[in-house]
Amino acid sequence: MALAQTAALGKRAVVRTARQPANVVFPLIFPMLLLAVNAGGLRAETKLPGFPTTSFLAFALAVPFVQGALLATINANVEFARDIQTGFLNRLALTPVRGIVLLFGQLGGLITSAVVQAIFYLAVGLAFGVRLQSGIGGAAMLLLLETAIALAFASLGSWAALRTGSTEAVQGLFPVFFVFLFLSSMNIPRNLIEADWFRWVATVNPVSYLIEAVRALVITGWDWQTIGLGFGVAGALSIVGFALATHALWNRLERT
Amino acid sequence: MRDTLSVARGVSWRVLHIFFTNKAFLLPSIAFPLFFFTAFVGGLSRIRQVPGFDFPTGYTAFQFVFVLLQSAAFAGVFTGFGIARDFETGFMRRLMLAAPNRSGILLGYTFSALVRWATVATVVTVVALLAQMKIGGDGVDLFGLYALALFLNVAGALWATGVAMRLRSQQAAPVMQMPVFLLLFFAPVYVPLNLLQGWIHGVASVNPITALLEAGRGFISGRPELTLAAFAIAAGLILGFAAWAVRGLRRAEAAG
Repeated sequence: MALAQTAALGKRAVVRTARQPANVVFPLIFPMLLLAVNAGGLRAETKLPGFPTTSFLAFALAVPFVQGALLATINANVEFARDIQTGFLNRLALTPVRGIVLLFGQLGGLITSAVVQAIFYLAVGLAFGVRLQSGIGGAAMLLLLETAIALAFASLGSWAALRTGSTEAVQGLFPVFFVFLFLSSMNIPRNLIEADWFRWVATVNPVSYLIEAVRALVITGWDWQTIGLGFGVAGALSIVGFALATHALWNRLERT
Repeated sequence: MRDTLSVARGVSWRVLHIFFTNKAFLLPSIAFPLFFFTAFVGGLSRIRQVPGFDFPTGYTAFQFVFVLLQSAAFAGVFTGFGIARDFETGFMRRLMLAAPNRSGILLGYTFSALVRWATVATVVTVVALLAQMKIGGDGVDLFGLYALALFLNVAGALWATGVAMRLRSQQAAPVMQMPVFLLLFFAPVYVPLNLLQGWIHGVASVNPITALLEAGRGFISGRPELTLAAFAIAAGLILGFAAWAVRGLRRAEAAG
């Protein structure tokens, strides 16, 4: 019963996203544009001693996976916040649907969108000559990792939506996530970062580990330590985000 | 003329009052250029060790010019967002009814863009100097650099104004923003033009922003280059987008 309810709400979230072309096209195109810009502009970086690959495109391909999960989170949670603003959540709370199902349905829809995007990014990368060092199994692991990353961002985004019930507040998360993305090892390996303070920021920034896990599957292969760290960070963020979101959900349902 | 100036003064006062009293507008405008400066200078400073990178005043100055021009262009674009918001709230319709000379509306928004950018540029410059940016150019060179950025700011404001006047909706934000973002990032952002390879070199070579960027970097390093070409391009952009903005205003008038 709960599973059917979750699936119905998840389907609603996916269909609603699919019906808004801007929400579909932008998360597909924008990360690819940024990839094109960075892969072209930073190709010279591969000449630095110690750079782990000769293809900057392969190196940078990890970024769209994280960025795509982030964009999917923002779009989906803006819609979630709109559900709160318009009273849809309150009406739903009057039905036999369990509170936690509301959250799972929302997260399920968002993760579906993120995985579809990830397949697109992977296809573009392969079309432009990137070869996964981890092979076909690595592609499957990549999608699993994307699911974990999307879940991490999604749970935090859902918390923001439930806590504030405001579309503007959720949209305001975008710059915050973006800052985390740029202050990570997205453009250069951590060991090659020259400025000590920036290397420190990138090291304590959890997004670095998410990017590095995806990157390992693309350019290194089965580097279990890096991949495990990526899953570990995504899992920890998911647990924290989910706990916060559940708490915010109870508070919101209590208020109504 | 007096009517035009009084309308311009009123419009710019209102825009600047909103800008300086509302943290939601002021902080992102200042934070984003600073954040890009930090991320690029801190994270990518090792790029100066790439063979062939010979910018005399260092990577901080190299990136400062990009961030300065970017902040100028985006301060203009953000003004377009405000115009779109004024259309949605109905303020623009009332303004058009009340204004004895509607060209003053364009002038007012453009002037406010200029003041916004001057504020951001001051902060970015102070931070760059605190970061021990080296300057090779003299006072005249620096005047040239800031004049170039100012031209780009006006061009950006006129471009976004033209879009806002035509589409009259905040949903037009990506239309204002994306072309500017692409033009800026398809220029030699991270390395000089001669170090770009492949398609990005071809695109950057014909991108008008490249000349502005190279001239700006010439100014800051004390080795001016492409000065005439850069100012000619900037003036051309202003003239072209002024015509675009005026025609947009006429369309908005016609639309009622």
